[in-house]
Formats: sequence, structure tokens, C-alpha cells
Amino acid sequence: MSRHLAIVPAFNEAGSIVRTVGEIREHADGFDVLVVDDGSTDGTGALAAAAGARVVTLPFNVGIGGAMQCGYLYARNNGYTVAVQVDGDGQHDPRDIPRLLAVLDAEPGVEMVTGSRFLGGDGYRSSPMRLVGIRVFAALMSLITRQRVTDATSGFRMSARRAIELFARDYPPDYPEVEAILLLHAHRLRMREVAVSMRPRTSGRSTIVRAIPAYYMVKVLLAVLVGLLRARPGLDRDEPQ
Amino acid sequence: MMLAAAARTASVSPTLTRVAVIAIAVLIAVIVVELVRRRRMMERYALLWLAAAATLLVLAIWKGLLTTLSSDVGIKAPANALFAVGFGFVVVLLLSVSLVISRLSDQNKQLAQRVALLDDRLAALEQRDAPTP
Repeated sequence: MSRHLAIVPAFNEAGSIVRTVGEIREHADGFDVLVVDDGSTDGTGALAAAAGARVVTLPFNVGIGGAMQCGYLYARNNGYTVAVQVDGDGQHDPRDIPRLLAVLDAEPGVEMVTGSRFLGGDGYRSSPMRLVGIRVFAALMSLITRQRVTDATSGFRMSARRAIELFARDYPPDYPEVEAILLLHAHRLRMREVAVSMRPRTSGRSTIVRAIPAYYMVKVLLAVLVGLLRARPGLDRDEPQ
Repeated sequence: MMLAAAARTASVSPTLTRVAVIAIAVLIAVIVVELVRRRRMMERYALLWLAAAATLLVLAIWKGLLTTLSSDVGIKAPANALFAVGFGFVVVLLLSVSLVISRLSDQNKQLAQRVALLDDRLAALEQRDAPTP
């Protein structure tokens, strides 16, 4: 039996969490909604629970990577076969979830489907600095994974069983999106992209903006380069340990 | 006169340096032992500090060893060799602190996640077992 979970990491998203949870319940049929409250101090957790989400509350702010991993741990522990991560700030449109699921279901062996802002869809607008960074990482990940990656920094992604197990065990602590692609590639798990349009966020700020852009670039570049050299514990018995 | 003064400072300052290094090494050792005694520092983290203090102490007191060592590696002033050793220990100590912090923050993250998930399970169990009014 397939069980589907939408993971919404949320840190002080009281302004948008109710709408996000409501939209997922409305447009993503068959998906349970889990909000991972990452130490919010504005009542995000209570609002999410009232809106009908299951809420897991971290005792303090551990950061986006730790919060996402908590969601994947929940998915793994409760036997979910599909997990989609949706930002709590409203920029991911839950109407796209069925399209991500269709691609995941259509191709057996594909373990992750990313909603990409650069595969057609509406023109995504951002500051030139950010666009350059986004392009650099897309090009870098395309080079490393030897497949076309148009949006390596998108946090709108859906994972299947093996990717869920991998992320539950090992997930990058901060700015995790790019590294997660590398992780998947290191384990020879396949991924696809689907065109989505993202909406202006209704509350909160991008984790990328919150960081100094140069710091973000350097930190993620370092993570990718070190990640290439890192030995990974095998997912399968036949993989080298 | 000038030459004599220069010669005097040249001959005095190395001794002064050695005395200063001995004092610093002893001070470090005393502070670390006191911190361990008050259980503010764990023995396992005190070891590296005590090793640093002991090494500096030996090198500062045993003049022959330091002179031999520094001339072997081509350092003209033995005092500089002493500082180099001290700097080396500082680098190692900082590295070990970064390692410990990294491990602790990873364990901290895992604990937070476990607490969150256990909290959720506990709430679900309590709700299930609660007598319906």
C-alpha cells in the first residue's frame, strides 16, 4: 500500500502556515500533512494543528536541514512510501503535487522529482545575484550527475521509499538542497525534474537570502566538493561499505 | 656603549623569554588542573592542555634540547622554536575543539529530532488510551 506524506518545515510562519496546510489538504489528494515546527515562537505549531496538520515540534531551532530530516525520519518510521517537501511560506503551489507524483509513479526507479523553476513555466524573477548563484549550482550539478539539472536549489521535491530512507539517515544540516542532489547521485538513485512556477512567498524569508549570498555560495561549494570525496555508507548490501 | 647595551639585551632577553614561557606553562597547568578539580573541565579535554604545558616547560628549562632542536630545523633563535611549538599546540587544540563542537552539534540535532518524534508518539498514544467521556 502506498502512503503519501507532505512535509512542511516551518519556522515562524504563522502568517502563511494555515493557508499552506489548507491548500495541501485541498489539492493533494491522499497526502497526510506533517508540519515540522522548527522551534517557532509565534504559535506556528498550534495554528498548523488547528488547520488539520500533524505537528512535530522540535524543542529548539535546529535549522532547515535538521527539520527536514526530522520529517523524513517521521516518514520512514511510519511507513510512508512517498514524501513531498513543501515550504511553509507559501511559495510552493500544492496544485503541482499531483504532477510531481505522476512523474514519480510513471518511471519506476526514479527516487526524487524536483519542481524546477527553469523548465518553462512562468519566468522566475529574482535578484541578479541570486540568479547567478542558482545557475552556477545548476550547471555544477549537471556536470557532476551527468544529467540536465535546471534547478538545484529548489526545495520543492518529492521522494520515494529509498530516497526517504537515505535522507532519514543522512541529510545535510544547512542549505541542504544542492547537497541532497549530490547525496542521491552518490547512491546512484535517479531523479527527474518537472516544471513548476513558484509564487512570491507570503511570509518569512528565503534561507538563501537570510545568509550572506557569498557565504551561501562558498559553504555549498565546499560541501559539494568535500561531498564528492566523502565515502558514503551503502544503502544496499552490495554497495561497498 | 651602544654595542655593550645591544649585547646585554641580546644575552638577557632569551633568558627572560624562557622565564616567561616557564611562567605561562605553569600558569596553564595550574588553571587546567583547577578547572578539572572543580569539574568545570573533563579530564579528556585537559590532557591536550597539560601535554602542551609540559612540552613548553621541558623545552624552556632544558636549554640544550631546545638549542639542538632549533639548530636542527634551522631556526636561529631558540626562543622562536619555543614559540613555534607553542603555536603548533594552539593549532592542534583549536582543531580538536572544532571536532568536538561538530560532534556535539550533530548529536544535539539527533536528540532534538528524537525528542520531537517521541513527543508526537506519546501524544498519539495518550489520545488513543484516553477514556472517551
